[in-house]
Amino acid sequence: MALKVDHVSYIYDPDAPLSHKALDDISLTIPEGQFIGVIGHTGSGKSTLMQHLNGLVKATSGHIYFNGRDIDARDFDKKELRSKVGLVFQYPEHQLFEADVFSDVCFGPKNLGLEREEVERRAREALIRVGVPKELYDQSPFELSGGQKRRVAIAGVLAMQPEILILDEPTAGLDPRGRREILDQIRQLQTQTHITILLVSHSMDDVAEYVDRIIVMNGGKIVYDDIPRRIFRRYRELEKMGLGAPQVTYILHTLKESGLPVDTDITTIQEAADSIMQAISSSPSNVC
Amino acid sequence: MLRDITLGQYYQTESVIHRLDPRVKLAGTLLYIISLFLFENVAGYILAALFLALVISLSHVPFRFMVRGMKAIVFLLLITVVFNLFLTPGEPLVNLWKLTVTREGLHNAVFMALRLCYLIIGSSIMTLTTTPNHLTDGMEKGLRPLKLFRVPVHEVAMIMSIALRFIPILLEETDKIMKAQIARGADFESGNLVKRARAMVPLLVPLFISAFRRANDLAMAMEARCYHGGEGRTKMKPLVYRRRDRLAYLCILLYLGCKVTVGILL
Amino acid sequence: MSIVKTRNLIYEYVKRDEEGNEDGVIRAVNDVSLGIRQGDFIAVVGHNGSGKSTLAKHMNAILQPTQGTVWVDGMDTRQEENIWDIRQRAGMVFQNPDNQIIGQVVEEDVGFGPENLGVPTEEIWKRVEESLRAVGMYQFRSHSPNRLSGGQKQRVSIAGVLAMRPRCIVLDEPTAMLDPSGRSEVIRAVRELNQTEKVTVILITHYMEEVIYADRVYVMDKGRIAMEGTPREIFSRVEELQGLRLDVPQVTLLAHELKKRGLDLPDGILTTPELVQALTERG
Repeated sequence: MALKVDHVSYIYDPDAPLSHKALDDISLTIPEGQFIGVIGHTGSGKSTLMQHLNGLVKATSGHIYFNGRDIDARDFDKKELRSKVGLVFQYPEHQLFEADVFSDVCFGPKNLGLEREEVERRAREALIRVGVPKELYDQSPFELSGGQKRRVAIAGVLAMQPEILILDEPTAGLDPRGRREILDQIRQLQTQTHITILLVSHSMDDVAEYVDRIIVMNGGKIVYDDIPRRIFRRYRELEKMGLGAPQVTYILHTLKESGLPVDTDITTIQEAADSIMQAISSSPSNVC
Repeated sequence: MLRDITLGQYYQTESVIHRLDPRVKLAGTLLYIISLFLFENVAGYILAALFLALVISLSHVPFRFMVRGMKAIVFLLLITVVFNLFLTPGEPLVNLWKLTVTREGLHNAVFMALRLCYLIIGSSIMTLTTTPNHLTDGMEKGLRPLKLFRVPVHEVAMIMSIALRFIPILLEETDKIMKAQIARGADFESGNLVKRARAMVPLLVPLFISAFRRANDLAMAMEARCYHGGEGRTKMKPLVYRRRDRLAYLCILLYLGCKVTVGILL
Repeated sequence: MSIVKTRNLIYEYVKRDEEGNEDGVIRAVNDVSLGIRQGDFIAVVGHNGSGKSTLAKHMNAILQPTQGTVWVDGMDTRQEENIWDIRQRAGMVFQNPDNQIIGQVVEEDVGFGPENLGVPTEEIWKRVEESLRAVGMYQFRSHSPNRLSGGQKQRVSIAGVLAMRPRCIVLDEPTAMLDPSGRSEVIRAVRELNQTEKVTVILITHYMEEVIYADRVYVMDKGRIAMEGTPREIFSRVEELQGLRLDVPQVTLLAHELKKRGLDLPDGILTTPELVQALTERG
C-alpha cells in the first residue's frame, strides 16, 4: 500500500478559545493505482487532509505512513515525500511565476537537484501528458486561458514524477466545456500511467463518471468511503451535507417511485436512457 | 490561522473608553504623550501613573494585554536604560569594571524607562479600545483642517481602511502560495541571504500579480457603486461629540492642568 | 419601456504584445442589439471568452461602446454627465466576492453605495437594514466579511447594490467561484429580489441550471448573440447548445436522448417533475 492514514486529527490553534477540529480521527488507506474522488463542501476538511498527505501540515495526533514509513519520523525526508506525493492547489495563479510555460514546469524537477537535461526531459514529458501544445511552451503562463493555466500547473507537479497526484478542485472557475476537457485529460493520464490520483472536488457531477472510489467528508470526518454507485444510493443523506448526487440519480429515483422499474444505480445519461426505454417497453401499462 | 491576525489589536468589550469618540482618544493620547515630556519630577510621574491607572481601569481591558505591547520594545527599552545608566556624566555612584554609574545616570535611566512604558501603555489603550475602522474615521475627521494645506485626508483614510480590509486576505494568500511552491520543492528556509532572496521570487511574483488584480477589481467595484472621492459623500456612522466626549476632554484638560501646576510648584 | 437597450453595440480593444506594440484589434462584442424590459429576469450565457462579461460591463457604464449605443433607463452611457445616474440605476455585482467588499463590517459595506450617493445618515441605516433583510443577511450585519462563506459574501454584495435603490441589477458570473450550496443560495436570493422587489435582474453565467428560471435567455458566442428565447425554447435546441460549448441540464439531456430513441416527449423539458410527468402520462 502506498499511503496509510492512521487516526489522524488536526486542531487549528489548539490554544485559542475557539479552536475546532478540522480533522477528526481520520483513518484511510490509499493503494497504488487507484483513481479516488474526495468530496465535501467548503470547510469539510478535505483540503486540510490533502495537505497532511504530503507533509505540508502536521497532524495534531495520529500518524501517516508512506510506503510503510512514518512521515513524521525524524529521519524521514519531507522534501522527498513532497516529490512523491504531488499536490496541485486549487488556483494555478498561486504557483505560476516564471516568464514562460516551459521554465515554470521545470521549477519542480529543478528543485529536486536533477541534471538540466533530465529536468527538461521531464518537463517536456509532463507537458505532453497534460495536453499542452508545443507552441505554448514559450508563452507567458499568465496569458493562457483558464484551462491551459490549469494544465501547466498540473504539469509543474507531474514533472516531479510523483507516485500519487493530488488535485485540489482542478475545475474551479472553468466553464462547462473546459471542466470536461480537463477531467477527460486527467482520466487519460490515469489510464496511461496508472498513477494514483486523488481528485478533490465539491461537485459530485465532476467525479461521478470518472473515479473508482469516492470518499465523502463532512465536519472533519470521513462519512462514506465506497464505490460511486453505492455512495449515490445515499443521495438523501448527501443532500443534508449540502452535496447531493448527480441529477440522473434524482431522476431515476423519482421515476422508480412513480412506478417505472428503472435501475437506480446508474450514473450516466446514456445508461439512464437505455434503462428507461427498457422499463417502458417491459411495463405492462404500456402495451398498446 | 493567518486571517485571525488583526492589525492594531482591538480588544472587544463594553466600556466608557470604548464608546468615546475616536477623536477624543487620538487627541487625548497625543496630549498625554506631550505631558510626559513636559516636566520632570517624581510627583509628575506619580500623577501620570495615576491618570493612566484610572483610564486602564475604566477601559475594562485586562492589564496583560497592555503589557503585551511592551514586548515589542523590550530591546529599545534596554538600550535606553543601558545608555543612560553608563553614559551620563556626573557624580559617580558605583564602579563596575570600566563603567561608572552616576547618580544622574540612574535618575535618567529610571525616568526614561518610565516614560517609555507610560507612552507605550498609553497608546496601546487607544488601539485596544478603538477598532481600526473607527480610528481611520477619527483621523479623517480630526485631521480635516489639514485639507487647507492640500493634504488628501479623505484619500489617505480610504487607503488605510482598504489596506486594513485586504491585509488579512493577502496574508492568507501568501500562506497558500507558499504551500503551493513548497509542494513543488521550493525551499524558503535554508541557504545564505542571496539564495533566500532568490527563493522568494516564486512567492512574490504570484502575490504581486494577485494583489494588482485585486486592486483592479476593487477599483472597478468601487466605481460601479458610484464612488467618486470624498466630495458630496455622506456618512453612515458620522462622528458626533456627545456629553461623555466633552467630559473626557475636560478630564484630560484637568489632568494637564494638574501636571503643569505640579511641575511649576515642585 | 426598456430599462437597458443596446443598438448595434460593438466593443473593440487593442491587444498588445510584450513590448507594448499593437498586436491586432480584438472585437469582444460584435453588433449586439437587445432590449430588456423592466422587471424581467434575464440570463446571458456563453462560454469563457464569448463576450458576455464585456457586454455586462456596458450596462453600468464601466465600458463605453466603440460603436453603437447603450441606453440605461433612457440615458446614453456615452454621455459623461449621465454616468453616476446610470450606475445608481443599474447596480453591478462581480465574480470574486473578496474583491468587491470594501467595508470591514457587513453593514458598513452595504452603506458604502448610499454614502457615495450622499444619502442622509438616517436613510442610509434604513436602506442598509432593508437590503440586508432582503438577502437574508441581517443577522450578520456586524460581522467581518472575512468570516463569511462565499455565498454569504455575494449576498452582502447584492445587498450593497440594492441599498442604492437600483432599477436593475447586473450580476457578472456571481456564482463562478462558489461551491454548489453557495451557488443555490445566491440564485435563490436573486430570484426572490426579482419576484418580490420587482428589480430587473440580468444574470451573466455559464451554469445552465441557473438559467431555467429566467424569463428570457441570450446565448452569446464570439461576441454575438447566437440564440435568444425563453429557457424552454433555448433548451429544445440541445445540439446547437452543445456546438456552442455549453452544457445542458441533465434532465433536458436525458429527455433529448429518450427522444432520439424514439420516445414521444415534448420539447425543452427543464425539470425532473416535468420529465417524470411526461413519462408517466404516456403510459
